[in-house]
Amino acid sequence: MSELLQFVFSGITVGAVYALVALGFTIIFNASGVVNFAQGEFVMLGGMITVFAHAAGLPLPLAALIAIVVTAAVGVALNRLAIEPARGAPVVSLIIITIGASIFIRGASQLIFDKQIHSFPAFSGDDPIHVLGATILMQSLWVIGGALAVFAGLWLFFTKTLLGRAVLATSNNRMAAQLVGINTKFVMTLSFALSAAIGAFGGVLVTPITLTAYDVGLALALKGFAAAMLGGMGNPKGALVGGLLLGLLEALTAGYLSSQYKDAAAFVIILAVLFFMPQGLFGRKSTDRV
Amino acid sequence: MRISGKYWTLIFLAALIAVTPLFFPSGYYFRVGSLLFVNGLAVTGIVVLTGYAGQISLGQAGFAGIGGYACALAPVHWGVPPALAVVLGAAVSGVLAYLVGRPILRLKGYYLSVASLGFGILVAMVLNNERELTKGPDGINVPDIGLRGLLSDWGLNLTNGEFWYALTGICLLIGAWIALNLQSSPTGRALRALHGSEVAASTVGIDVARVKIQAFVISAIYASVAGSLMALQNKFVTPDIAGFLHSVEMVTMAVLGGVASVPGAILGAGVLTLLPQVLTVLAEYEQLILGLVMMGVMIFLQEGLVPSILRWFRGRDE
Amino acid sequence: MSLLEIQALGISFGGVRAVHDVNFSVEPGEIVSIIGPNGAGKTTLFNMISGVYRPETGRVVLSGETVTGMEPFRLAKRGMSRTFQNLQIFQNMTVLENAITGFHLQERGPVLADLFNLPGSRRRARLAEAGARALLARVGLERAADRDAGSLSYGSLKRLEIARALAMQPKVLLLDEPAAGCNAVETDEIDHLIAEVAASGVAILLVEHDMKMVMRISNHIVVLDHGEKIAEGAPAEVSRNPEVIAAYLGTEAENADG
Repeated sequence: MSELLQFVFSGITVGAVYALVALGFTIIFNASGVVNFAQGEFVMLGGMITVFAHAAGLPLPLAALIAIVVTAAVGVALNRLAIEPARGAPVVSLIIITIGASIFIRGASQLIFDKQIHSFPAFSGDDPIHVLGATILMQSLWVIGGALAVFAGLWLFFTKTLLGRAVLATSNNRMAAQLVGINTKFVMTLSFALSAAIGAFGGVLVTPITLTAYDVGLALALKGFAAAMLGGMGNPKGALVGGLLLGLLEALTAGYLSSQYKDAAAFVIILAVLFFMPQGLFGRKSTDRV
Repeated sequence: MRISGKYWTLIFLAALIAVTPLFFPSGYYFRVGSLLFVNGLAVTGIVVLTGYAGQISLGQAGFAGIGGYACALAPVHWGVPPALAVVLGAAVSGVLAYLVGRPILRLKGYYLSVASLGFGILVAMVLNNERELTKGPDGINVPDIGLRGLLSDWGLNLTNGEFWYALTGICLLIGAWIALNLQSSPTGRALRALHGSEVAASTVGIDVARVKIQAFVISAIYASVAGSLMALQNKFVTPDIAGFLHSVEMVTMAVLGGVASVPGAILGAGVLTLLPQVLTVLAEYEQLILGLVMMGVMIFLQEGLVPSILRWFRGRDE
Repeated sequence: MSLLEIQALGISFGGVRAVHDVNFSVEPGEIVSIIGPNGAGKTTLFNMISGVYRPETGRVVLSGETVTGMEPFRLAKRGMSRTFQNLQIFQNMTVLENAITGFHLQERGPVLADLFNLPGSRRRARLAEAGARALLARVGLERAADRDAGSLSYGSLKRLEIARALAMQPKVLLLDEPAAGCNAVETDEIDHLIAEVAASGVAILLVEHDMKMVMRISNHIVVLDHGEKIAEGAPAEVSRNPEVIAAYLGTEAENADG
C-alpha cells in the first residue's frame, strides 16, 4: 500500500510537469493550429537560465522570474521569425520548422551554457514529508501546487477576461475573430509568450527534483505531446488529465513492471488511445466538409 | 515526355555516381559518398510515403533499426548469410509496417506523425533494453557482407571504400528507378490522388486505406534496406539508428530537397549528409546551423530546394 | 425496381435534423434534380447517398442491393460516381492525370508490376491514358491535358471533374452544382454534356441552383426544405406547387430582411 502511494506521488509530480508542457502545446495549437515540437525547450530554458542567473549571484526568485520572462521572449521570437512567415505551409513543413527550432535552441544553449547537468536548491529544503508510510518531497508539492495554480489562473483568464475570450474566439474561428475586430496577430504573440512562460515555470519548479541539462527538452516535448493527445488535442482540461494520467502510468509501470520500459508503456497507451478514440479523451469530433 | 524524363533522371544520377570518384582527393570520400547514397535510399522511401501519398511518418528510423539489427543478429544466431539478412530485415519491416499501418494510417496529420513516432520509439527502446539479444545501448558488431571476397575471386579488386561506394550507389539507382516507376504507374497515381483529395480518390474507386498501407510498407522496406546497408558497411550498429532524431533527419532531408520528387529528395539527402562533414571544423555550431537550415528552407522555400529553384528559373524565362 | 432507390433517409448533426425521411427513386437515363433553399440539406443528402456520411435512418438501394453507408470506393465498384460542390480536383496532378485517375478501377493491378514497370503495368496505364484523352476531348479539355490541374479556370475544373466521374462509366452519376460559378456559355456546355450522358442511359441525380437549367433538363424534381421532402414531380408540376413557391419566397423574404 505504501509502495503504491509512493508510486502515485512520483507519478503525479512528473505528471504535473507533463500537464504543463501539454498545456503549452494546447495554447499554441489552439491559437495557430501548429504543434510546437520546441515546447520542451521552454522547460529546459526555464531551468537552465534560473541555474545560471542564480549562480551569478541573483536570489532564486529573481533568477526564476528572469528565466520565465526571457523564455517568454524566446517564444514570441519563435512565433515572429519562424511560425508567422510560414503561415499556410503544409503540416510536414511546420513539423520540421518547430523541430528545427528545437534543435537550434538546444545548440544555442549548449554554446551559451554548457553540456553539464545542473540543479539549484529546492524551494523549501530537502526534507521529505512522511505520509502513510510513503514519502513526498516538499518540492513535489511545489510542482503539483504550481501546476494547479497555472491551470486555475488560465481558466479564470479564458473565462473571465475579455482578452482571454478573444483568444478563445480566435482559436474557434480565426476569420470570424478578425471580422469582429480581434487583433489575431496579437493573440498569436500572446499565446506563444504564455505557452513559453508556462513551460519555463514548469522547468523552474521541477529542476531541483529531476535536474536539468541542455538536452532534456526533446524527451519532455514528446511526453507533453503524448499527454496532450491522450487528453484530446486543443483541450486544456485534456492536457491536465492527460499529463497526470501519463505520469501515473509511467510511475506504475516503472514500479511494477520494468523501469526500462516505463516510456514504452506510455507510448503503448497512447497508441491504444489513438486507435480506439482518435480524438483523445476530451477531444471534439470533427466531420470533414465536402 | 514523362517517360524520357524518368530515364534522364536515372542517367544523370548514374553518371554523377560514376564520375564523381575521379575527383576524390582521398579514400575517405568514398565513405562519405556511400553514406550519402544510403541516406538517399531511405529518403526515396519517404518520397513514396510523404511526397506521393501525403502521409507523414516520424517513425521511419524504427524500420532502419530493424534492417540494421537483422544484419547483426540473423547471421550470428540463425546462420543466415549477411546479404540475405538484408532481405530478411526488409521482409520483417514490411510485415510490421503492414500490421502497424492498418490502425495508425486511419489517423491524419499530426496524429499520424505522433503514432508513427511512438512506434519508432518503441523499436529503439527494445533495441536498447533487450541486452541479451542486442547487447544494449553500446551497440553490436555486424559480420562482413562477404561479397568483396567474391568479387576479388573474379579478379575485381576493390578497396573497402570503393566496394561500398559502388554497392550503395547501385542500390540507390535501383531504389530511384523503382520509385520513379511507381510515380507514373496506376498505383502511384492512386497514391498521389489520395494526397490531393481523399474523398475524391475514394469516389473514383480507390481503396484509400489499402493504398496508404501499400505506401507505408514500401517506404518501410526502403528504410530497412538503408539501415541494413549502413550496419553492414560500418560493421557495427547501435540503437541510435532507430532513434527519433534519425527519423527526423530522414524526413528533413526529404523535405529539404523537395519531397514530391525523387531527385529533389536525394539532393536533400546530399546536402544534409555533406553539411556535417563541412561543419566538422565548426562542430560546436553543428546543431545551431542544422536548426537554422531546417527553419530557413521551410520558411523561404516551402516546396524544398529543387522545385523552388526550378520555379525561379522558369520565372526568369517568362 | 428502380436503379437507385432512396428510402426514408435521415441524419442529424448535434441534435439538429439535417435531413429527415426523404424518399425518391431514379431510373436509368433519367435526370432527377434535387432543389431547395440554401441549407435545405441537399449536399448532406448527396453525401449520405454517396457514402461520405453514414445515414442514421433509412436505406440506399442500388440495383436492388442495399448499399447504405457503404464507403465511396465500394459504391464506385457498383457503378456510382459523383462530383463535388466545392471541387475535389487532384491539384498536385496534371489535367490528364486527373482524368486517368477516373479509370482507376480498370487500370489498377498488382503493385509489384507497377514498381518494376512490367509490361502489364505499362499496358494498363496506356489503355487508361487513351481513355482519358478521349474523355478530355469530349469535355473540350484535350488541349489542356498536360497543364497542371491547378492552373485551369473554374469552369474547366468543373468539366474536368465530370470527365473524371464519367471515366468510371457509372450507372448513376451524382452532380453537385455542376454549373455553380460558371458563366452562361460554360453553363450551356455543361447542360448539353449532362443531357448527352443521360441519353446514353446513365441515371443522373443533380443538385443545382440555376433554376432555368433545372427546369430545362430535369425529368423529375425533388424539393427539399428544412431537410424534408415537400414536393416532387415533373418540372411543370413542381413550379406550380404552392408549398414550393412558399419555401422559395420565404427564403427570398428572409434574404431581403438580412
